[in-house]
Amino acid sequence: MIRFLFKGLLRDRSRSIFPLLAVFIGVFLTVFMYSFLNGVVMDMIRSTAHYQTGHLRIMTRAYAREADQNPNDLAFIGVAKLLRALNEKYPSMIWTPRIRFGGLLDVPDRNGETKTQGPVSGLGVDLLSPASPDLTLLDIRKAVRLGRLPQKPGEILIGDECAGKLKLAPGDTATLISSTMYGSMAMANFTIAGTVRFGIAAMDRAAIFADIGDVRRALDMPDAAGEVLGFFPDDRYDDKKATLMAASFNREHENPRDPFSPRMGTLPDESGLADYLSLVDSMALIIVAIFVAAMSIVLWNAGLMGSLRRYGEIGVRLAIGEDNGHVYRTLVLEALMIGFLGSVLGTLAGAGVAYLMQVYGLDLGFLFKNSALMIPNVYHARVTPGSFVIGFVPGMVSTVLGAAIAGIGIYRRQTSQLFKELET
Amino acid sequence: MRQAIMALFLILPARLFAQAPSAEEILRKVDRNAVADNKIIVSKMIIHGRRGERTVEAKSWQRNSVDAFTEYLSPPRDAGTKMLKLGDQLWTYSPDTDRTILISGHMLRQSLMGSDLSYEDMMEDPFLQHLYEATLTGSDLALDRPVWVLELKAKKPDIAYDARKIWVDKERFVIVKENLYAKSGTLLKQVDVREMMTAQGRWVAKSALFKDVLKEGDGTELIVEAITFDERIPDVQFSKASLRK
Repeated sequence: MIRFLFKGLLRDRSRSIFPLLAVFIGVFLTVFMYSFLNGVVMDMIRSTAHYQTGHLRIMTRAYAREADQNPNDLAFIGVAKLLRALNEKYPSMIWTPRIRFGGLLDVPDRNGETKTQGPVSGLGVDLLSPASPDLTLLDIRKAVRLGRLPQKPGEILIGDECAGKLKLAPGDTATLISSTMYGSMAMANFTIAGTVRFGIAAMDRAAIFADIGDVRRALDMPDAAGEVLGFFPDDRYDDKKATLMAASFNREHENPRDPFSPRMGTLPDESGLADYLSLVDSMALIIVAIFVAAMSIVLWNAGLMGSLRRYGEIGVRLAIGEDNGHVYRTLVLEALMIGFLGSVLGTLAGAGVAYLMQVYGLDLGFLFKNSALMIPNVYHARVTPGSFVIGFVPGMVSTVLGAAIAGIGIYRRQTSQLFKELET
Repeated sequence: MRQAIMALFLILPARLFAQAPSAEEILRKVDRNAVADNKIIVSKMIIHGRRGERTVEAKSWQRNSVDAFTEYLSPPRDAGTKMLKLGDQLWTYSPDTDRTILISGHMLRQSLMGSDLSYEDMMEDPFLQHLYEATLTGSDLALDRPVWVLELKAKKPDIAYDARKIWVDKERFVIVKENLYAKSGTLLKQVDVREMMTAQGRWVAKSALFKDVLKEGDGTELIVEAITFDERIPDVQFSKASLRK
């Protein structure tokens, strides 16, 4: 029977081509959009975690309230002890202290007078120890464009664009002017070890990276850090584990009466991505729902047109004794075959194009040229097992649903009227 | 009798007005008392920050109320840091970096050594008469002494504080209390003199609390430990070369 119907579909192309194309395009778009959205979200989560919040972030309660202003006067003091406690309690996690700071980078001329000066946004991370997790998390090695990584205290990396603006090259010296933890003016000389490009406009434009030891010396922050970040060992955020860890840590350490007591927060809360992520989750459902509804209408319409075109054929089949249910079932079965074929082809094509985008990415840097957000310029799609289901199932459902709705008309045909209809 | 009462009503206000100097006159006397050709001050700032207390000591040389040279004496981390103000330019020298850097633009609004004062406060023309139109609004008591209350409005738009309310000691012509406002009318800073002293026949504030209202903490106490007026200061003191000495 299936073979018979399949042959029918192959021989009568007008019965199969349009519905097949409609299913193919719908499934292709759904799979591609889903994979792209998935990739964008993953890229955003990854870069937010690596550059800003970690999977978990510990700050003092006072610092947390003004975190976007890098208030180092409210930084946590006693980082060594805290790290020991964290490594003991959560040995599988990666913990790393960081200091964010703002300031001016002043470039001297031959006489030591200011030649150029520009605002910079600095990050103090562990750059010098060979086992530093930050080198991997921030992918610093890959980001180096000119020069090399810092190898000794007093060396820094500077954003490629920022270096260009300040006319700095590896080997040059510049003075950082900032504020100490106690608000005094801080001045420290640094040698440019290399320039870096991360593909994040806000960082490439004004970032400098210094070893946290140097930053502590420059900003008078011994054993202090603005924040301590925690990462899961496989670099995948696990909301359930993170929430439990944060609750347990806060029960033990947070003191509502002490503004300098540490407080642990999770990635979605710290980054403000919580609402965004739930919106993205709903977006995937919305895309599928719109797809199913739109495709059902399109395929219902196609089914109706097919029924009109095959009005005579169905009439003859009913007239020679085929019962309504059988005709209806064969129409649905035909739709199932078209749906299956269209969904397979659409899924393969959608996942294929998405995979290419996963490998090569799409550079949207021109959109974020003046952005101050820590978002990557290049976006990648991400093909997951979900990509193979997200379009396939709705593709099948909408085709069958369309044919099933269109086929209802079969039951309205009156056997007594058939010959009359056939005569006209 | 009726004539006598009428005369009293007519004469009394006239006598009261006769006793009150004009706002300009008060401001002129305040400036005359505060500003000297040359000044050498040794001072101490106790900064009551959110994380505790910090003391910064400094010695300043001032010339013609326009130029100033300041050397920080303590704490050890800040000792040797020097600042030179020549007219409307300000340089700072840090011995750690051996660099002299011009402080300009928004950096002038930054806190001075973590205190409630800003570099801009240092850069201000000390003659209030040059900067503000004054209005005498009444009398009051401050530090248990009678004071004039004046409201000052900036004459030019580019002045750090658009308006001020000052309480001036009626006898010593020292500002004993001051509120500083932004153009929007927002209170930015408050200054409360806690103690006065005489130096070479002038009354000066010995101790004052500066409070940046927009900043947390309990303010900065500025204590004058020693002050001398009209001492000869060599010109070389006010040169960039002296920053590196």
